Amino acid sequence: MADPLLRTIGLRKSYGTHEVLRGIDLSVLPGERIAILGASGSGKSTLLRCLNFMEIPTSGTVELGGRLLGSEGRGGGARVYAERELTQVRQRVGMVFQQFNLFPHMTAIDNVMEGLRTVKGVKAPAARERAMAELARVGLTDRAEQYPARLSGGQKQRVAIARALAMDPELLLFDEPTSALDPELVGEVLGVIRSLAEEGRTMLLVTHELGFAYHVATRVIFIADGEIHESGTPDEVLKNPQRERTQAFLARHREFSL
Amino acid sequence: MYRWDFWPVLANADLLLQGLVNTLAVTGTALAFGIPLGLALALARLSGRRLLAWPAGFVIEFFRTTPPLVQLFWFFFALPVLIRVEMTPFMAAALTFSIQSAAFFAEVFRGGIVSIERGQWEAARAIGMTPPQSMRRVILPQAVKRMIPAFMERAIELMKTTTLVATVSYADLLFQANEIAQKTFRPLEVFTVTAGIYFVVILLFSLIARQFERRLAVSGESTVH
Amino acid sequence: MNYQWNFASVFENADALLYGAVGTLRIFAICLVLGLSLGLVVGLARYARNRLLNWPATAFVEFFRNTPVLVQILWFYFALPMLVPFEISPLMAAALGISLNSAAFSAEIYRGGIQSIEPGQWEASRALGMTGLQAMRRIILPQALRRMLPALTNRAIEIFKMSTLASVVAYVELLQQGKLVASLNFNPIETYSVIALAFFVFLFPLVRATYALERRLAKGD
Repeated sequence: MADPLLRTIGLRKSYGTHEVLRGIDLSVLPGERIAILGASGSGKSTLLRCLNFMEIPTSGTVELGGRLLGSEGRGGGARVYAERELTQVRQRVGMVFQQFNLFPHMTAIDNVMEGLRTVKGVKAPAARERAMAELARVGLTDRAEQYPARLSGGQKQRVAIARALAMDPELLLFDEPTSALDPELVGEVLGVIRSLAEEGRTMLLVTHELGFAYHVATRVIFIADGEIHESGTPDEVLKNPQRERTQAFLARHREFSL
Repeated sequence: MYRWDFWPVLANADLLLQGLVNTLAVTGTALAFGIPLGLALALARLSGRRLLAWPAGFVIEFFRTTPPLVQLFWFFFALPVLIRVEMTPFMAAALTFSIQSAAFFAEVFRGGIVSIERGQWEAARAIGMTPPQSMRRVILPQAVKRMIPAFMERAIELMKTTTLVATVSYADLLFQANEIAQKTFRPLEVFTVTAGIYFVVILLFSLIARQFERRLAVSGESTVH
Repeated sequence: MNYQWNFASVFENADALLYGAVGTLRIFAICLVLGLSLGLVVGLARYARNRLLNWPATAFVEFFRNTPVLVQILWFYFALPMLVPFEISPLMAAALGISLNSAAFSAEIYRGGIQSIEPGQWEASRALGMTGLQAMRRIILPQALRRMLPALTNRAIEIFKMSTLASVVAYVELLQQGKLVASLNFNPIETYSVIALAFFVFLFPLVRATYALERRLAKGD
């Protein structure tokens, strides 16, 4: 069996006294596509955001490519992470947000080029060529020079995906990528994600689209109360859930999605 | 009934013009130093490091809270004694209004920066940018655009405040007016015309500012998502 | 840089400075009352549909907002006596300039505050049979004033700072007395530092209170 690309051990996150994640152990193998399900407030987005350190975990460890991240905190407290290390981790772990978060003062192509230019120091012509290729992959060649304000929600999210892809991430995190979209625009974004799945990319996807999760994911994780409640193949978790809370969650969602 | 006579004003138009040029020179100098200094103060105050944030906060609050005329007197009369340098009225004015407007600009910058959504910071970090890179490439360009109306207003306020330099004998428009009024015994005409000049120049600036804002608002690159 | 600070010479003149401080408070109080109340009148006039009210009010606001207050003070001090048959004292000139200037700025605050009240409030008052003036006085203004409070306290702080400009026409206030003390005792550093600090110590609590007020209002109306 291959070594995991990403591994968390006992990952916890709390805000004040409120514990959102209560010890997550998760291994992601290269090529795996993991769908993360759970009710709102279950901690699924927080889990994702701890993996590229948008949130700093309160305790527990994260390994990326076999290397333990951060360093021991003083007096055995929470691990501390240097800004330098985090920027490097984030170059290797791409993220796509629910609200797209495109840079509104830059055109679509400039959004995609931005990481290449500023973070990787790629020269403009090469960055442009690469960005154009990514825009072509998400089917937006003709919108390259548009500002985000002129794009539909679906187009914005596709630009955001291209922006993440341009950095050559080893792992892609999708945080409810279609939740902010009008229903008729969901399909085009899911289509792009599906094509990435067919390329064999490693990805973690927080979603409410159960049907999509069933068809695209290699593994499904159900999160409840900040813990992995149930985990398995799509068939196991979505068709044959063993635990009561998973069943209840699916029963609530099935009528809409499957 | 008072008999108006504007001839003495017209005869000294060159002096008034020179005064206006000097007014614009002080305003321009204060802007040139005040804006970058204001940005530095704002970044220091937002840095989250007490050793930077606290002094910056004090400078900002002190210069916003004390009367500009007191500041000017301090820089003109007191500072030269303290550091033993020759202080010209222009230097004192440039120093006072640079720091004073920096304090106000700092709050404008800060307001603009904190108004940018968290998602923008996150998106910048998510592609591996460092905080300074995020600030420079993503946050500031958007923030500056939102701050432009406040900037313009501040610049106009600054121009009005520069009239205080007349009290330390810098030959700005108001000082020249006072000189001419005393020389010609025509204070009514001189001060009325002077007020008119300020009104026209400042109104012109505000009209340009408003036009500029409107242009920004309709341009495709507006900060609306 | 090894200047020998000597604050004793300032405190020996504490009575002169105190006398100035009283002058500062006097002109501040006059301008605060005149400026904010005249501002309300002008603000309401700007809100009126009647052009005979609206236009002069607009001209007044634009003129006084777009000219420096020091020019206004000097105009009242040097120019106005040519037109009126009586003496203009330094206090009158300075108070006129600062009050009218503040009226113009506060008029805009009142106007903005009144406009921020939802049209539904007007409609509800009129549905009860109130006249426009009654609705303004009983329903709109009380709500608007609450929202305007931070802006108005800010204006008050500005007026306090502006009061130093009265020294230019030799009205006896804190800065004017400071000039005197500094030139008699050759201690500009100590005197002006003390004066700057005095303003800061007096005004900063007001500034903080205004911040707190803004935050309270932003949280929930």
